[in-house]
Amino acid sequence: MGFAMTLVAQNLTCKRGDRLILSGVSFTLNPGDCLILRGPNGIGKSTLLRVLAGLTPPAGGTLQIDADQIAYAGHLDAVKAQMSVADNLQFWAGIYGSGDAGQTAHHFGLDALADRLAHRLSAGQKRRLGLARLHLSGRRIWLLDEPTVSLDTEHVSLFEKAFADHCTAGGIAVISSHLDLNIPGAETLNLGQFRARHQAQSNPFLEDLADAGPL
Amino acid sequence: MSLWEYANPVKFMALSGRILPAATVLSAACLFIGLFWGFFLTPDDYKQGSTVKIIFLHVPSALMAINIWLMMLVTSLVWLVRRHHVSALAARAAAPIGITMTLIALFTGAIWGKPMWGTYWAWDPRLTSFMILFVFYLGYIALWQAIEEADTAADLTSILCMVGSVFALLSRYAVNFWNQGLHQGASLSVDQETHVDNAFYLPLVVCIAGFVLLFVTLVLLRTRTHIRQRRAQALMVREAPH
Amino acid sequence: MLALFKRDVLLAFRSGGGFGLALAFFLILVMFVPFGVGTDRAILARIAPGILWIGALLACLLSLDRIFQLDAEDGTLDVLATSPLPLEGIAAAKAAAHWLTTGLPLTIAAPFLGYLLGLPQAGYLWLILSLLTGTVALSFIGMFGAALTVGVKRGGLLLSLLVLPLYVPTLIFGALTVVRVTEGLEPLSPWMLLTGLSLASVVAMPVVGAMALRANLR
Repeated sequence: MGFAMTLVAQNLTCKRGDRLILSGVSFTLNPGDCLILRGPNGIGKSTLLRVLAGLTPPAGGTLQIDADQIAYAGHLDAVKAQMSVADNLQFWAGIYGSGDAGQTAHHFGLDALADRLAHRLSAGQKRRLGLARLHLSGRRIWLLDEPTVSLDTEHVSLFEKAFADHCTAGGIAVISSHLDLNIPGAETLNLGQFRARHQAQSNPFLEDLADAGPL
Repeated sequence: MSLWEYANPVKFMALSGRILPAATVLSAACLFIGLFWGFFLTPDDYKQGSTVKIIFLHVPSALMAINIWLMMLVTSLVWLVRRHHVSALAARAAAPIGITMTLIALFTGAIWGKPMWGTYWAWDPRLTSFMILFVFYLGYIALWQAIEEADTAADLTSILCMVGSVFALLSRYAVNFWNQGLHQGASLSVDQETHVDNAFYLPLVVCIAGFVLLFVTLVLLRTRTHIRQRRAQALMVREAPH
Repeated sequence: MLALFKRDVLLAFRSGGGFGLALAFFLILVMFVPFGVGTDRAILARIAPGILWIGALLACLLSLDRIFQLDAEDGTLDVLATSPLPLEGIAAAKAAAHWLTTGLPLTIAAPFLGYLLGLPQAGYLWLILSLLTGTVALSFIGMFGAALTVGVKRGGLLLSLLVLPLYVPTLIFGALTVVRVTEGLEPLSPWMLLTGLSLASVVAMPVVGAMALRANLR
């Protein structure tokens, strides 16, 4: 809690392949803050989330985040199709060493589906299972990549409520979305303003090469 | 002035550009003199006849096959530790030369083996080890080609080179354990009485120098090509719309 | 780590792709040997140790690409990488699960297939012992190859090309253990080397496997 729980991004630079895509990304999130990342397709929302999650190292800048508090959800659901809903949750409970799978299933209205194999879930139900995993992890910093894709309005509001609850309880959430999300107190960050300089290369080696005359 | 400055591609290109002509001329001269001397000006061996002269191709290529892998190991470790791009590209550039040297060593060995042992191929520990080295090279090159993202490919091939080196050593040991061979002992050694005759020794040293210089020439050429290719990619990133 | 191990074992049993396939492949391979070399008992008995070891090795190779590929495809690997488990632990748990669902069943099946090939009496104990410890090395070395190729689409062939050269020492020490005992020589020294190799793989391969995974995830 306190200082360690703050997420500080300073002048972050992100790359995709040989190209710099984002530069100068800076923000500070305190417990209870929710940040929604917006921007056109390909701007680097997913890449920034992977950097925040520690999967991809930033190309530059500094990031202060408590790695032991991160719960990441990419654009894939991380749901095992051959296992039942209950087994999926039980597995993640074992991995995170926390949480009560049954209680979480109940909290997200999944008890009726508990014995169903995950490959027979609808897209929305799978997403709900993914959300339940975040809750189960007991971690304070949620990083979500397009969590509301392929959800109907009823599910969207369920998700919004879950995010709001998480932040009210002192958690942090960073969510990329192409839809407007209705989360009280959430701030929106448009990544368009951080778009990297047009010609930027992802590392000094390539900068040197591109700057040099004919070799 | 430190060695690490040549991690800068521009400095590397300038230096390698200056070395390259000299290396080319010297390697051609050494190879010509060494091979001519070896093939035509040395006496026939009292036991092996003129077939012994393939030693002037076989020994240098075999030495290079192993040493090129070692060079790749060193440059891979430099990449993993200090992330110098030129180093990774040099490792990549060296692999096809190394596999060619391995092939030359295997083929000249087979040609030498026929009159000596009566067969082109025997499952002798050294021959087997070279065949294993050959497949290590193959895997390394295949991994470079399979991965599109340049830095990831450099990382993964470096890790493979590192682990592969350990396993290549283990294989060498295992193969020795498995079969004691019919290969003759080391051709060149400083402390043993039994090394090859002086008449062969000098041209062989010239040939080895020629092969080393040939490798330097080729690896510089290929590294320069890879650097230019990266430059082309970098320029394409600049030109391309977002 | 235990949770991941248990889940991988469960999935291997449930989806049937893993260990059933490996056993069937092993059986078919052994069945093919008499078709290829004839039914002469003496020849079969002589080559049995090598066939059994090569068969087990190839059967082991079949299921390697599933170790990480399935988890990478559905996003589980990303989430695992951000979980409390270190990548080294993930790599070790997955290799161990692969051994339990592939190496162990192959070891159990080997003596029966050995009987079909007329493996000499003295060979059985050391066949089982050599496969028991040797398949550990096969799983852990194979896991490293799978970690290298996790980002490559349809990387199965590449995986084989990378892993097979790494299997050379394991195969030599493993097959030699059985060959030596059937020839009346002492099998202990190759077996000790084999087991040492397995122990070293258990320690070292998760570390390099995690390095490869880290490079592939970014």
